[in-house]
Amino acid sequence: MSAVAQTGVRRTGRGGALAGVWVVAAALFAVLPYVFSSGTGLTTMSLMAIMIIFALSYNMLLGQTGMLSFGHAVYYGLGGFLVVHAMNGITAAHLPVPLAVLPLVGGVAGLVFGVIFGSVSTRRGGTAFAMISLGLGELVGASALILRDFFGGEDGITTNRTKLLHVAGFNFGPQLQVYYLIAFWCLVCMMAMYALTRTPFGRICNAVRDNPERAAFIGYNTQSVRFIAFCLAGLFAGIAGGLTAINFEIMNAANVGAAPSGIVLLMTYIGGVGNFAGPVIGAVLITFLQVMLSDATEIWQLYLGILFIVMVSFAPGGIAGLIAMHAPVWRARLLHRLVPAYALALALGLVTFAGAALALEMAYRLSAGSEGGTAFRFLHVPLDAASAAPWSLAVLLAVPGFVAFRRVLPIVGNAWAATLAEARRGRGR
Amino acid sequence: MLELIIVSTLNGVLYGMLLFLMASGLTLIFSMMGVLNFAHASFYMLGAFFGYQLSRALGFWPALLIAPVLVGAIGAAVERYGLRTVHRHGHVAELLFTFGLAFVIEEVVQMLWGRLPVDYRVPPTLDFTAFTIFSTNYPAYKLFELLTAIAIFAVLLLVLTRTRAGLIIQAALTHPDMVAMLGHNVPRVFMLAFGVGTGLAAVAGVIAGPALVTQSNMAGLLGPILFVVVVVGGLGSLAGAFAASLLIGLVQTFAVAMNVSLADLLALFGARLAPDAFFAEITQVTVAQIAPIMPYLLLVLILIFRPRGLFGTRET
Repeated sequence: MSAVAQTGVRRTGRGGALAGVWVVAAALFAVLPYVFSSGTGLTTMSLMAIMIIFALSYNMLLGQTGMLSFGHAVYYGLGGFLVVHAMNGITAAHLPVPLAVLPLVGGVAGLVFGVIFGSVSTRRGGTAFAMISLGLGELVGASALILRDFFGGEDGITTNRTKLLHVAGFNFGPQLQVYYLIAFWCLVCMMAMYALTRTPFGRICNAVRDNPERAAFIGYNTQSVRFIAFCLAGLFAGIAGGLTAINFEIMNAANVGAAPSGIVLLMTYIGGVGNFAGPVIGAVLITFLQVMLSDATEIWQLYLGILFIVMVSFAPGGIAGLIAMHAPVWRARLLHRLVPAYALALALGLVTFAGAALALEMAYRLSAGSEGGTAFRFLHVPLDAASAAPWSLAVLLAVPGFVAFRRVLPIVGNAWAATLAEARRGRGR
Repeated sequence: MLELIIVSTLNGVLYGMLLFLMASGLTLIFSMMGVLNFAHASFYMLGAFFGYQLSRALGFWPALLIAPVLVGAIGAAVERYGLRTVHRHGHVAELLFTFGLAFVIEEVVQMLWGRLPVDYRVPPTLDFTAFTIFSTNYPAYKLFELLTAIAIFAVLLLVLTRTRAGLIIQAALTHPDMVAMLGHNVPRVFMLAFGVGTGLAAVAGVIAGPALVTQSNMAGLLGPILFVVVVVGGLGSLAGAFAASLLIGLVQTFAVAMNVSLADLLALFGARLAPDAFFAEITQVTVAQIAPIMPYLLLVLILIFRPRGLFGTRET
């Protein structure tokens, strides 16, 4: 919301700055594989780019049109399955189709299923839409396990991306080539989705989100606005699903289920729904955490859930919202005033978190879910969850840390209020 | 055939009553606060796991009393310290909060009890055959579940319609400001209602745990069906939730018992599809196989033909 309002003010030079942003993004996509050239780096970045498309498509619903969907993975997964089947069909029939255009198949599949399911589910917004999207998500997720021919059951359907027509010597065997294919589609989709937010249709979506009665009153059919937004979101989710199919060369029933629907909601919301950059930040951050944390701890999803609850409770604008909040202070060059208060709060927050995380990790080691015994390493320090010392340490870190953190919060609030007031005064002069 | 009908009806009513134990709390909370509690089924799961842990330490009967109280207390705390803070960000934030809560509860349960089913058994005092119809032995535990659910339903109905506390709750549903004006602490009424609602879900968990599988995915399996019940019945309607619970209970139980597929139906009319035709797989799926998706099909049909739900008063 705020991004649209802010950029709308400065009309002159907007096109140039915007083109600059896309050039920088393209350059970043091109250069990054040389910075993170390891195998993990490449697969992680491929996944991030796919998730950026998926999260942005989700935000067309939640952020732009105000529709909370619990079943967005339906369009992502079905797009992916159609692409897998298309790849296998093309290979079997020896058709001269290059791999690079196949994400379009996924997009069309997402669009078609968006039209079918959207005609049922977008009649109403709000809570009813959320419930229906959940029901449809469960419907498709459960059907995926029943129709084994099409969805391949729990094993899934595999394919081979190198068997398609090779254009200009690209066989898409190496991950680097796949990365560039994904990066290309990611950039195209980002630009298309951003352009969409600047069209009159994008603005009407915002109006339906903010005040449906009034949007209806000035002559727009809110139901068809929701329907069109829903279909377009399905289109882009289908492209993301198609890229997933190309990237992993396998799709299984879990791809259309509740788990990816939940994850995309988490990443979009944590990144920030009110800002175009929010889902991008969320997709990059959560994918990074998924890859890094799942190596470090077994209960990383718990941390993700807690992070989500904290964001919902205290920062409904997400990370992008927090950043955008600081824009006036940044422009007034007063950001340094906030550093001491923030550093104090951050330090205490980290101490509290370290204590809580230590306790959680030890609880996990002692529980039935753990398989590795009670000895473990926390931040590279070997510890035993069955002994008393680490438990006392956890309590000593978490409890005083939390009490002190609560004490510091008003200080941060005051510093923020004072700095913001000064920044506003400075601009008024 | 008659045997099948009688046994399936009994099982269906039982499943429906268990659904209603949960749906009633969900509906009460929704009509009061406008929050569809996504984590409601998670409290049912907590009830089952607490019941399992407590019945190992203290026996089944104390567990049946203590576990719901504990879960209800957790529910009340969630309302007091979580939902009330989120409330100022609006209904979507509240729904997202409960979604995150469901996510966290599932992870915590997985962390503490693992992903595999726990060994939560029917208590020995109830582990016998109640009666035999034709050749089916009907276990006493199922009868106990059914009677408990009906008893709670009756008590709930009496409390809501015949007591002072029930009247205040009913008034707070429609006119919270007026009730507050008369000197009642409406936020506390909300907190208690949330606690009682989640406690009821926990009762369902404690008694359903031994009969079904007590596992960390049980909330994820049941939660969406619960929402179907509430939407099909009509958002905010207790009578609708009751009817929809029984309907879905019966539909699912009967569907499981039916081994008929579309291909059989076509064969009655002499039509036969080649087994490798494109849609052949769909015609070969039996009714029993699609039993898990029946509630969602029902949801879609209801939304197309009667969007306000069976007993709903407003377009949702």
